[in-house]
Amino acid sequence: MLRVLLALCPATLAHIWFFGPGLAFNMAIAVTACVGGEALILRLRQRPVGPALGDLSAVVTGVLLAFCLPPLTPWWITVCGGVFAIVFAKQLYGGLGFNPFNPAMAGYAVVLISFPVEMTRWLAPRELTETVPGVFSSLKSVLTGKPPGAASWDGMTMATPLDFAKTEIARLQTMPEIRADAMFGDFAGLGWEWIANWVAIGGIWLIYKGVIRWHIPVTMLATLGLCAFIFWVADPGKFGSPGFHVFGGAAMLGAFFIATDPVSAATTTRGRVIYAAGIGLLTYVIRTWGGYPDGVAFAVLLMNLCVPLIDRYTRPRIYGDGN
Amino acid sequence: MNSTRIAVTPGRFHGGLKLDGHRKLATGKPIASLPLSERYYLWLEQHHGPAALPCVAVGDRILGGQIVAAQEGRPGTAIHSPTSGIVADFQDLPAPTAQMSSAHMLVIESDGEDRACHEFGAITDWENAAPESLTERIAQSGIVGLGGAVFATGAKIGRAAANVTLILNGAECEPYISCDDGLMRERADSIITGARILLRALGSKDCLVAIERDKPEAIAAMETAIRDAGDERLRLERIFSLYPAGGERQLIEALTGRQVPRGGLPQDIGLVCLNVGTAAAVGRAVCRGQPLTSRITTVTGPALVAPGNFDVRIGTPIRELVAAAGGCNDPSARLIMGGPMMGVPLQDDRVPVVKAMNCLLVLPANELSDGQNQRPCIRCGDCAEVCPARLLPQQMYWELRDERFEPAREFGLDACIECGCCDVVCPSHLPLTQYFRWGKSQLHKQFIEHERAEHARQRFEARNARLEKQKAERQARLAAKREALEKARSDSGRRAAIDEIMARKKRAADENNEPGQSE
Repeated sequence: MLRVLLALCPATLAHIWFFGPGLAFNMAIAVTACVGGEALILRLRQRPVGPALGDLSAVVTGVLLAFCLPPLTPWWITVCGGVFAIVFAKQLYGGLGFNPFNPAMAGYAVVLISFPVEMTRWLAPRELTETVPGVFSSLKSVLTGKPPGAASWDGMTMATPLDFAKTEIARLQTMPEIRADAMFGDFAGLGWEWIANWVAIGGIWLIYKGVIRWHIPVTMLATLGLCAFIFWVADPGKFGSPGFHVFGGAAMLGAFFIATDPVSAATTTRGRVIYAAGIGLLTYVIRTWGGYPDGVAFAVLLMNLCVPLIDRYTRPRIYGDGN
Repeated sequence: MNSTRIAVTPGRFHGGLKLDGHRKLATGKPIASLPLSERYYLWLEQHHGPAALPCVAVGDRILGGQIVAAQEGRPGTAIHSPTSGIVADFQDLPAPTAQMSSAHMLVIESDGEDRACHEFGAITDWENAAPESLTERIAQSGIVGLGGAVFATGAKIGRAAANVTLILNGAECEPYISCDDGLMRERADSIITGARILLRALGSKDCLVAIERDKPEAIAAMETAIRDAGDERLRLERIFSLYPAGGERQLIEALTGRQVPRGGLPQDIGLVCLNVGTAAAVGRAVCRGQPLTSRITTVTGPALVAPGNFDVRIGTPIRELVAAAGGCNDPSARLIMGGPMMGVPLQDDRVPVVKAMNCLLVLPANELSDGQNQRPCIRCGDCAEVCPARLLPQQMYWELRDERFEPAREFGLDACIECGCCDVVCPSHLPLTQYFRWGKSQLHKQFIEHERAEHARQRFEARNARLEKQKAERQARLAAKREALEKARSDSGRRAAIDEIMARKKRAADENNEPGQSE
């Protein structure tokens, strides 16, 4: 788990570079909420607290949750997400190893549905704004829920590239027209694509270190890319390119850090390929035709539901059981 | 290429682990013998199958090699005295099992003369002897699989079909163990002689000797022995060293690319697999008329002063082995029969050497898992990656933890070979193999209870059926009687007339009575 946290460091720094130090505060709040929630429930369940906190799984949940939240999310929302993730999605099922859902995604989905306005308050990345919020203004904003300084939320937040593309397509703009907007970079959007690159580098390091296996990230990204490719080739005006989808939003984070959570993923090798392909497919479907600009969290949760079934039908052939 | 020969398609088995061999500890010096012990302890259940039946009485004078406990049932095995002396006692003594259960043992007091009985003559002309006579000799000599399965070799050969391929297992994959390595280095010709005898007994023309690549000395010695024997039926195959390559099923997969059917035996795919030590024992039994009363055992471990391979008599108390290896310099060290992966921890140093004891490992306590740092299973699947039986240990563990034995069985619990690879890789330090052993024993218990219940049910139903049948028979008899009676009645006219008169009389009486009754 420590190596998972290490692998996220470059992406965290990139995030802070592009969007200001909000993520650091979100992380601190989410980790505190997760670890506190875990300790509280373990105490109530009369289980040893030390070893369960020592495995750092609650810390990872908090960090991943924080990664999904807009940089200046008010603290109570982050706490809600963290507490729900650990208390309801994890400990009430029996703690580590027993949770059917990815705790971070369950927590994120709850706050996304409960606080839809705050959850869309993404800041403009460094390239598009002169005023990346500083340390104190960020902290103040997180603690009070008010925009930093004299600015208004509308003045300093903007739609994410995925959100923007979705709305504009709905307004019958074509993809090339949309991509002409200043917010788009080489693939998926300024700032975003570089965070995605750093996430991917951290993820590849985890594969190299043997912490995660390649099957889930590769299959998920390949499926997402393939879906995007098929529709993009059919109608490049209406559908985003594979690069836009693979490097945009939470796809990289989901592929390397969220779908690879072994507890809530399928446990057989073939099962993991199916599970990851399902996440890739559902992510594309939700992004393209669903009600939310990004679909990774819901795709992961939906595929979590399918895990028992997948595991049941993907058992390897036991030695000596015919050919 | 001869058509009777099996194709060698070097392959891999699934999973497995590269483990540090630690073999140099014991292979550095030649195989040593132990001085004669004062007492030997023969466990009557040290082989697969029913316990042997003692055929000597306390006080009897016996000779080395004499049968002291006869084969009882199949596939049991006889047990022979390791030396000459007196039958001193039958005693309950600690047995080499994990549970430290004591077992009935035959105690033999050595007279120090070590005279042999020569009960069985040497079959010097075995090349022309009848195969059945060779099999019989192997069975009489108490030979069992010395790789650890201790299944009666005579019974194995007896039920093998003709034209099988014999596989000699010289792949000793578990760390620390080097008894087969030592045997192949020093006594390769007795192994090869044994192999040729086995080929004759089996009626087979094909023998593969499998040795792991990391044993160059053994390979060289065996190659020389095969060349000297000039027998073209024997082939030596080098296999890659990966634990558990010495497991029968994994060895067969590595050699032939084929798998033994689940729940089946190698002979189901035309193979008979024997350990090289077993072949050497066969050679001695046939060529010299010596039954199995000793074996090579590796006595090793970091806590021993002078580890090595020893030629030990069956029944020697293991503390004498520890003494022969220079003694133990760590008072907290634990004794293990077998290797660190599949071995059985022993609780007592009075336990005797048994035919299955390929290794006595003395490990410092800190090299053993104390089960303290266990954490929850996170279903990472590392265990499934290394499982040579291609099982899903994480799923079986999930079921067994909640005592759901039947679902665990559906996940293939019976196919687990208890190699311990999953334990080694588990990041949560779970004692998975322990769970699987326990699960298997519970399933076995349930099976026996079910059998017993089934037996009782059948008996009950049979009794009910018997009672039903008796009742039906009784009714049939009665019906027959009644019918006969009726028939007799209707047959007789006189009887009919009487009946009619009686009936008329009765009617008249009824009519007379009726008014009276109404008053």
